Amino acid sequence: MAILEVENLYKSFGQTQVLKGINFSLEQGQALAIIGASGSGKTTLLRCLNFLERPDQGVIRINGKVLFDAGDPATQREVEIRKKRLNFGLVFQSFHLFPQYTVLKNVTLAGELLAKEQSGRKAAQREIEEQARGLLEQMGLSEKVDAYPHQLSGGQQQRVAIARALALRPNILCFDEPTSALDPELTGEVLRVIRSLAEKKTTMVIVTHEMAFARDVADHIIFMDDGVVVEEGCPQDLISNPKEERTRQFLSRFSNESTWKQN
Amino acid sequence: MTNLSVIMARLLEAFQLNCQLFLLTLLFALPLGLVVAFGSMSRFRPLSILTKTVVWIIRGTPLMLQILIIYFAPGLLGLGSPWKAGTGGRLFAATVAFVINYACYFSEIYRGGIQGVSRGQTEAGQVLGMTKSQIFFKVTLLQVVKRILPAMANEVITLVKDTSLARIISNKEIIMMAQEYTAKGLIWPLFSTGLFFLAFVGGLTLLFNWLEKKLDYFRA
Repeated sequence: MAILEVENLYKSFGQTQVLKGINFSLEQGQALAIIGASGSGKTTLLRCLNFLERPDQGVIRINGKVLFDAGDPATQREVEIRKKRLNFGLVFQSFHLFPQYTVLKNVTLAGELLAKEQSGRKAAQREIEEQARGLLEQMGLSEKVDAYPHQLSGGQQQRVAIARALALRPNILCFDEPTSALDPELTGEVLRVIRSLAEKKTTMVIVTHEMAFARDVADHIIFMDDGVVVEEGCPQDLISNPKEERTRQFLSRFSNESTWKQN
Repeated sequence: MTNLSVIMARLLEAFQLNCQLFLLTLLFALPLGLVVAFGSMSRFRPLSILTKTVVWIIRGTPLMLQILIIYFAPGLLGLGSPWKAGTGGRLFAATVAFVINYACYFSEIYRGGIQGVSRGQTEAGQVLGMTKSQIFFKVTLLQVVKRILPAMANEVITLVKDTSLARIISNKEIIMMAQEYTAKGLIWPLFSTGLFFLAFVGGLTLLFNWLEKKLDYFRA
């Protein structure tokens, strides 16, 4: 059974329709890449999954259970939305680390606040910290645990942001163009981390402009244009052999050699 | 010589009233300003319009006039003066006027600071499952404090000197005390009151510089 099912999602901002009936599903342990031009609705789709935007229509299911249904107010209560969000982690394009906290605290903060609301606080504290150190080590940032965000490079900051999102053990980790705010020489380190997560079968939704990366890492690719899913399929098929004219046009923009090099 | 020390001692005694008014105003206006800021940022239109109108009126009229109105208007309107006769009542009335006035100024500084912290910070907190108040206190607040510190320092320094306006309803603060000597033909006590303000503001400047340094460790 699919871990995530999105059904007929619509979202408008004022007069502008951004999502016009999005459908897709995602299997446990798979990485889904969403590609498409700016303004095609990719980011809005991710923001809907994370309840940063509220869809006007549509249903979101996790493991077959309805998480959100635009037609059912009972699924939209503020208190529960907070809990429901935890099904997803989100890594932002521009990191949004908390500047006043150390790297370690950035990763532990949310977990500590959650533990505080429940019981067994002291024990949890140590556990949370150990887990955070483990994640940061995995990100190659063991030496930076006590640094502050402004002391790190963009690539390091983004890796901290990934650790922060992973710390809450989301079912699905979402990336919103995770390398778009980085200098070209720093994208590699972030993509490598995401690649290693894919190898560990982390369930992911990745909005990206890195075509080679999407082709190599994703199990499934969705091409979006103008608020609809134009085409989807396995990476090789979709990228080497697109069926739709719009997909072909979009991909032709990336046809120069360098875009396809391995990171 | 004894004359000098006696007069300075009396000025210092009167300056205590300035200090008292200063501290009381800060104590109440700092939190009240936050309430006003949230009011003017409210998505509930009637509340934000009401709050913005109040801020406009308070910032748009002289503080001296506000002190007079707060002290005299209730009695003149036949509502009965809420202020007790005597020095206590007059200080109380002045404090109320100062608190309202400064809360409005602070609220605008707060609002600028809060709106200046990127939306991304709030969203980062949201996707990590934090509540609104956790986001405010654990994520946004310190960044706001850092941003608004220079503007707040300005406002607080202005407050020190504004306290002498309390004399308009016969609060015997330092300048009013000095004017008693001026009336007797002695002008230097009035001039020397400046030293008291200078010393106080000097201390505050050091304090604010220290605070700014304290928050220098991160960039917001």
